[in-house]
Amino acid sequence: MTAPSFTSALTTRACEISFDNVGKTFPDSRGTRTVLEGVSFTVEPGEIISIIGSSGCGKSTLLRAAAGLSTATAGAVRIDGETVYGLDSRVAVGFQEPRLLPWRTVEKNVALGLPRGINKAEGRATVDSLLNLVGLAAYAHHRPREISGGMAQRASLARALARTPGILLLDEPFGALDALTRIKMQDLLLDVHAQDPTTVLLVTHDVEEALYLSDRVVVLGKPEDDAAATIQRIITVPGHRPRDRSDHQLVELRNELLAELGVEAH
Amino acid sequence: MKTSTLDKAPVSRPSPAPETQRQSAPEQKPQSAVLKNTAPSRKPRKSLLESRWSWILGALLPIALLALWQFLSSTGVFSAVQLPAPSKVLAAAADLWTRGDLGLHIAISTQRVVLGFVIGAVLGLVLGALIGLSRWAKTLGGPIIGAFRAVPSLAWVPLLLLWIGIGEDSKVTLVAIGAFFPVYTTVSAALAHVDPKLVEAARSFGVRGISLFRSVQLPAVLPSVVSGLRLALAQAWLFLVAAELLGASMGLGFLLTDSQNNGRTDRLLLAIVLLAILGKITDALVGLFEGWVKKKFPSN
Repeated sequence: MTAPSFTSALTTRACEISFDNVGKTFPDSRGTRTVLEGVSFTVEPGEIISIIGSSGCGKSTLLRAAAGLSTATAGAVRIDGETVYGLDSRVAVGFQEPRLLPWRTVEKNVALGLPRGINKAEGRATVDSLLNLVGLAAYAHHRPREISGGMAQRASLARALARTPGILLLDEPFGALDALTRIKMQDLLLDVHAQDPTTVLLVTHDVEEALYLSDRVVVLGKPEDDAAATIQRIITVPGHRPRDRSDHQLVELRNELLAELGVEAH
Repeated sequence: MKTSTLDKAPVSRPSPAPETQRQSAPEQKPQSAVLKNTAPSRKPRKSLLESRWSWILGALLPIALLALWQFLSSTGVFSAVQLPAPSKVLAAAADLWTRGDLGLHIAISTQRVVLGFVIGAVLGLVLGALIGLSRWAKTLGGPIIGAFRAVPSLAWVPLLLLWIGIGEDSKVTLVAIGAFFPVYTTVSAALAHVDPKLVEAARSFGVRGISLFRSVQLPAVLPSVVSGLRLALAQAWLFLVAAELLGASMGLGFLLTDSQNNGRTDRLLLAIVLLAILGKITDALVGLFEGWVKKKFPSN
């Protein structure tokens, strides 16, 4: 399935992204509300890191700060050592919803992700090989409403990859998909990563998904109920990809993490 | 929007085998395949309502109305002054046509509507886009435009006559005022409601400024813009008649007042019928454009 042109069209150089004491404070009816505080960790080039935590603990806030879609109110996000001040051309984002433009074909939607100033032929070749990669070559000329939710999410992933990102930020990208499609998408992501190991930072609320995909898992949480969220701990996931979902160690780790997040596991 | 058929489309991770199958049959157009699949397997019988002859149904009532009109006037329920027969109206049309007046009335009215509509719509598009896209412009300009909109159209007439005079300019200006507000309102409101998630997604891929407007905001609002244009066109005809009723020596509105003053009910009815026909034709033209835009730029 690997289109030979894929690696030639896309030469990604994985970047390092580091969070240095990152915090985010929002204005609020009573003044201000600090959502996130003192988050520090570094994602090595080519690494896959998941951020997990209960809802409302600032996972997406952290990712948006990394994407430059919002700015951290404290600390700094650095890519290869340079502080991020806005949208960075080395970063691509995949959202929870596909967010495809309804009036464009799948192909044109993927092309939106291409870096500025890429020449036409090269751009078309990149889009073609990405559509092959995510298995949508036959649907290139369909409109988003003519394809299923899982296919739309694959198109969205292809759009992010079209940017040849040094860092791929994924905000609960498979959260809205049915269980079966989710598993297929996870495997697709691992395939893509194996072919072209870019740095991936993934926000998810699915502990199993985090353990299956990542090298390390960052657990965010609030030390007390109305405190700002911060890193509870960082886990290095044992073993190497591709992992066995029913691996004994992973299952135990999953139960441990779920208990930590306030869910009694069975 | 999912349909059961689409769910059956291959969502599996592409493994080598299906991929080569797909590539080996590039001529097999997947698009038509999917579209065919979405059609029910049993061929449905089209009712008259859905067939291409449905316009006949729409023509029934006008024909009945015409028959009633003819009946009422020929049996003397109404006098010829109150309600001349359709044939008399037709004769009046032929008479005015041969004098060369009718063509002139129609031409000048259409010209005023087209000019005023184009000017008003363009201004509405530009100001609507400005107010819809810039919070500064909205805060500064929104209230004043809203206040102007609240002024009833005819209130402008004396002022326009005083400032611009009784010539073409004042009439075109009034029509433009009429066409401006529907376009302005729909454009500014539609732009303010473009899905922020789509805008954010495009921004995250480095699309910004004029290119963001061209690739996301404009296509997103086009369907509502065209609906606004259609409303504006109806308003344009409305304001045209208002302008021509109040001070004109040509045009269908003038034909109305002039016929009223001379007791020519046949010409009066003729003017009304012509306004209906012209309004319908121009509306149908914009309607065609609207259909094309809605198909080309679906909103979901």
